[in-house]
Amino acid sequence: MAERVRVKALTPPGHVRAPWYLRGKLGVIERPLGAFANPEQLAYGVPAEEKPLYRVRFTMAEIWGDAAEVPADTLDAEIYGHWLERVDSHAP
Amino acid sequence: MGGQAAGLVPMEGHDFALWEKRVDALMVLCGQKGLFTVDGLRRALEDMGEEAFEKMSYYERWIAAVNQNLLEAGAYSLEELAARMDEVARRGESYGEAQADG
Amino acid sequence: MPHDHHDHDHDHFHHDGMSPSGHPYRGDNDGPLSYWQRMEIAVRELMVEKGHLTPAEIAAQIEAMDARSPANGAAVVARAWVDPDFKARLLADASEASREMGFDIGPLNLIAVENTANTHNLIVCTLCSCYPRNLLGLPPDWYKTRAYRSRAVREPRSVLREFGLDLPDDVTVRVHDSTADMRYIVLPARPEGTEGMDEAQLAALVTRDSMIGTGVPHKP
Repeated sequence: MAERVRVKALTPPGHVRAPWYLRGKLGVIERPLGAFANPEQLAYGVPAEEKPLYRVRFTMAEIWGDAAEVPADTLDAEIYGHWLERVDSHAP
Repeated sequence: MGGQAAGLVPMEGHDFALWEKRVDALMVLCGQKGLFTVDGLRRALEDMGEEAFEKMSYYERWIAAVNQNLLEAGAYSLEELAARMDEVARRGESYGEAQADG
Repeated sequence: MPHDHHDHDHDHFHHDGMSPSGHPYRGDNDGPLSYWQRMEIAVRELMVEKGHLTPAEIAAQIEAMDARSPANGAAVVARAWVDPDFKARLLADASEASREMGFDIGPLNLIAVENTANTHNLIVCTLCSCYPRNLLGLPPDWYKTRAYRSRAVREPRSVLREFGLDLPDDVTVRVHDSTADMRYIVLPARPEGTEGMDEAQLAALVTRDSMIGTGVPHKP
């Protein structure tokens, strides 16, 4: 079963690569993409750590609720591991 | 800006002017040489705020971001930039006339 | 270049009054000098004088970018339509498959996403304007607009209707937001009635928009 993850619902100031409309949203990992230098450090010219990057798939219903055109349509985005938290599939 | 309300997608396009192609080349080459990262450019673009997005064209925003990052990298000083922009203005009234080689 | 322009009915990359990249030409260097043009000239001259860049490097970079066009992507798509092994390699690693065809795409990390009878893919970059520029050339202006970037992730079907594409509800729309290091190209479905066509003829059916997902290939 695909791994379920939630995008952290943080809103720090400054350059953040996780799009705002996905913060707090639940998705599944579509594929791991390998490790890339953390853009949030690169953006400020400081030494950047390598961070794992994932393609995460969300349903339009999860992102937009009742406003979704077709609930089962999907959106894939690349999200760094430090912006994701695992979701226990047994949780309510 | 994903998800915000917006009007119809404007379909008109344009061919890139020479100065726009040069901004693009500066962005690619300075990035390749390690003078800045595309992430640094994006940060500078975001820091310009919403108003810049409404009032400036795409490559106007990008040359502003390239310049901001090159200043931060110490590639040249603000004084050098200001003096050179003044000198460029004195060369002529059009983009073509304002080139160093006329 | 694998794109063959002998058939003008299919010559969609060179409309009258349009550049090879599909944009209308506009007057260039004779308008009034703007503040931002002055900045570009000043920055470029300072970078050359300080030894970071040479005028030849800048000219070569512009030439390399001008040489990239949607025809490159169209050739990749057409190859995938005729060669199942190539298609499998393209879907596994689109960067390597593009390089295999001889395209100089630099460090581009490319993912190909396949349209089928029940799936339609659409590419957007909500954070800036990421685009597979090293394969397809510079993006069209609409791709960089607030309207496209805001709406493609929330109401892709409405956006697609503006592009003339009305998808039934049983076709799943998959939107791809290029938020980090990957770039995307849509592998459109091969049009019906193209069984007898060769690779060059097929490539002429592939439009730029069909590789972004805002269009479908021409019909033969």
